[in-house]
Amino acid sequence: MLIENAAQELAELVRRGDADYIEAHLEESQASYMVYRGRELESVGRSEAIGGNVRAMVRGGWGFVSFNNLGDLRGRVDMAVRQAGMVGSEASQLAAVSPVVDRVSAGVDRDPVTIPLAEKKQVLDEYNEIIWRQPEIQTSNIGYSDGRKHTIFLSSSGSYIEQERADINLRVAAVAARDGDIQQAGLSMGSRGDLAPVRQLHQEVERLSRQAVELLSAPKARGGEYTVVLDPVLAGVFVHEAFGHLSESDFIYENDRLRELMALGKQFGSRELNIVDTATLPGLRGSYKYDDEGVPAARTYLIREGKLVGRLHSRETAAKLKEKPTGNARAINHRYPPIVRMSNTFIEPGAVSFEDMIGDIKEGIYAKNWYGGTTSMEMFTFSAGEAYMIRNGKIAEALRPVVLTGNVFDTLKNIDAIGNDLDMNQGGGCGKGGQMPLPVANGSPHIRISRCLVGGN
Amino acid sequence: MEEILVQARKVAEEAEVFSVASEETQVYFEANRLKHLQTKQQASMALRIIRQGRIGYAVTTNTDDYPNLVDNAVETAQFGMTAKFELPSANSYPQVEVFSADAELVPVEAMVTLGEGLIAAITGHTAGIICEAEVTRGVVSVRLMNSRGGQAEYRKSYFSLGMEGNLTRGTDMLFVGDSASSCQPMLEPGAVADNILQQLELARDQALVPTRSMPVVFTPNGVASALVMPLLAAFNGKTVLEGASPIGQKLGQKVFDSKFELWDDPVVAFQPSSRPCDDEGVPSQRTPLIEGGRVTSFLYDLQTAAMAGTRSTGNGRRGHGGLPTPSPSAFVVAAGSTTFDEMVGDIKEGLVVEQLMGAGQGNVLGGDFSGNVLLGYKVENGKIVGRVKDTMVSGNVYRVLKDVAAFGREARWVGGFLQTPHIYCPSISVASKG
Repeated sequence: MLIENAAQELAELVRRGDADYIEAHLEESQASYMVYRGRELESVGRSEAIGGNVRAMVRGGWGFVSFNNLGDLRGRVDMAVRQAGMVGSEASQLAAVSPVVDRVSAGVDRDPVTIPLAEKKQVLDEYNEIIWRQPEIQTSNIGYSDGRKHTIFLSSSGSYIEQERADINLRVAAVAARDGDIQQAGLSMGSRGDLAPVRQLHQEVERLSRQAVELLSAPKARGGEYTVVLDPVLAGVFVHEAFGHLSESDFIYENDRLRELMALGKQFGSRELNIVDTATLPGLRGSYKYDDEGVPAARTYLIREGKLVGRLHSRETAAKLKEKPTGNARAINHRYPPIVRMSNTFIEPGAVSFEDMIGDIKEGIYAKNWYGGTTSMEMFTFSAGEAYMIRNGKIAEALRPVVLTGNVFDTLKNIDAIGNDLDMNQGGGCGKGGQMPLPVANGSPHIRISRCLVGGN
Repeated sequence: MEEILVQARKVAEEAEVFSVASEETQVYFEANRLKHLQTKQQASMALRIIRQGRIGYAVTTNTDDYPNLVDNAVETAQFGMTAKFELPSANSYPQVEVFSADAELVPVEAMVTLGEGLIAAITGHTAGIICEAEVTRGVVSVRLMNSRGGQAEYRKSYFSLGMEGNLTRGTDMLFVGDSASSCQPMLEPGAVADNILQQLELARDQALVPTRSMPVVFTPNGVASALVMPLLAAFNGKTVLEGASPIGQKLGQKVFDSKFELWDDPVVAFQPSSRPCDDEGVPSQRTPLIEGGRVTSFLYDLQTAAMAGTRSTGNGRRGHGGLPTPSPSAFVVAAGSTTFDEMVGDIKEGLVVEQLMGAGQGNVLGGDFSGNVLLGYKVENGKIVGRVKDTMVSGNVYRVLKDVAAFGREARWVGGFLQTPHIYCPSISVASKG
């Protein structure tokens, strides 16, 4: 109830505040987590948080004040307005949106945080048991966390939006060792608060523990250029890292040269290539009804038939680029202002079967799964958790995990086959501007890249 | 805090309350202009208990709500690890200077001027460059007390300046950047500006590298982005205890080049990573990790040390509000005697790596690193001839650091957690599209 009371007080304060625009976020959350290292449940805990922030815009400048202590709300609003006044030097620009008053529930039958720890622990114990059954396992790492969050957004334009959401995240890794050599394999899974998808992974866990051991006898890839086929998980990471971040307009809205590079209408890939970001798909971790500026979620084509046709916006970037807001301003929690982020980003499926895709490759690499990825706009690197040689149209020997790198513009053009088997990846989270991990999903069918640089010996 | 301790003692054998409160002000510049002022107030209270021999833990930012905090800790204690350690009783702590009243008093206007000065220096040098900069000051208050009479309290100030610049020409993008932090205020862009200007000078032209093994010089930023991550994991007492550290069985053995000296140092004056005690109230100490290429110690918190049959090195740290876990305060690599110019002068064909992207994604535990050179320069006949692109550098830190040609004469703080000189390696695998 605490935040509702604070919200009512703030609603009045922001309406009267002396700024071009003021918004406030209030949040209360609960979370629980369990971390296994090796056979032992090393760390288990529960946390609760309460807090909020006020963000004000004056003459194009922003002031932002965050707090855990819900006292002196008037002082917080005054400080945000004063700070914004110190910064601002031009006209404030925010894309127009209609004020919204709404209430959105979490949409799960059971709040995962309130499920007794004993019940969640039992599933994780089973996974750990499976890993340790495998010979040559050195250690295991399992990290489970869940959270429930109740937020209130309100603004000087009259919006008042209460949203609840729940989130579950699970990582499982097996580490194998032989003669001082160490290899690992892992998986990453998540859901919108539904425990069912993360409690049915026994087969996957068994597979990854076998895989960690098998990697000990796998050779390293020879470094160089290859035709590379990416599985849906890794292709999803690729589309998120290599392309998705480039579509975030806060990178380009004040940078003329980048804007030229990312001009709408430019051909980025073949006519078969379609890339979408949308927070409107039910059940995905990147979904929401309203973003953290109170803008309704949309479905945004970033690339359609190979052409750049859209990008992701906050209200400010949309106004400055004279485009429509897309509802992509998100903050990881009340300690941060919303910034332009992806939601669920994916390559739409094409028509090519996996067999046809690898059928005419004489020597290539099939890269699956992921350790992670990072990007500097033009260049990206991402690492596959699993890799195989492709020889004469067939999957051949397993390799040590590979790191793929390249120039995003060349690589998008080099995608020469898009599979018919779209799959979404719900694991992990995205980091940007110190805000990590934000729940997102990404996905793709299998894709083939004709010339891709692979690190190795 | 006292009240929570009293309540927790009623249901547990031992208890410890840890509180952190901070106030931070940040000035952000976007696209060469002042954009955002932020103030953040944060406070949290964590309770660790030992109940029926097991560890329970809960944390809250709602510091009035202690009955819930105690209940949550009690629930988690059903499943927690068996506590093998004793909480430290009253301790005396080293004097470590980590607070400067001046840092707190820097007016926001002066922070704005500092950022503007840095941006002016960079945009004055290179037309068309777009800079993002950040000036931050803050104060953190840490307080800890436990049921065995242990108590600690300190205040730390910090001040930091960072910048990233992007120069786009067609589809070519150049990224430069640097940052510095201290417990004392900075009033001049100084070394940050100098380093970025040098990066811009060296990156003026482009150069191609072949795909093969060649000598590589890692700058201090390069060491941080390419080589340090595997060592952070390997010297963690917990990794060692699990048997997952490649050097876990090699205490006292020579594993690295005999010129390589590394220690963990939480007592350097006015370094934001310094503190008089760790997050469990164990006094800070300087811990030698590598001496003359030999492995001399690992880093421990109370629980891990007790399980390994040794003593805490004062490296218990609570990241993200969780239980303490072994973690370095700051890694310091000893300087050598060779200048950067001498290193470059020694190379017929090779590479200088300033920033490696994505190096920590591979098999970090095994020591592998492999990443794209985000910023690096080609060396030909003893001279830097330009910046490289589409280039990957791969290797294994245990092989690379076994045979080091030279350590640089000057060590620099980078990323707030590492002080290192340049490191010159005779042969590293390079793959390029060039």
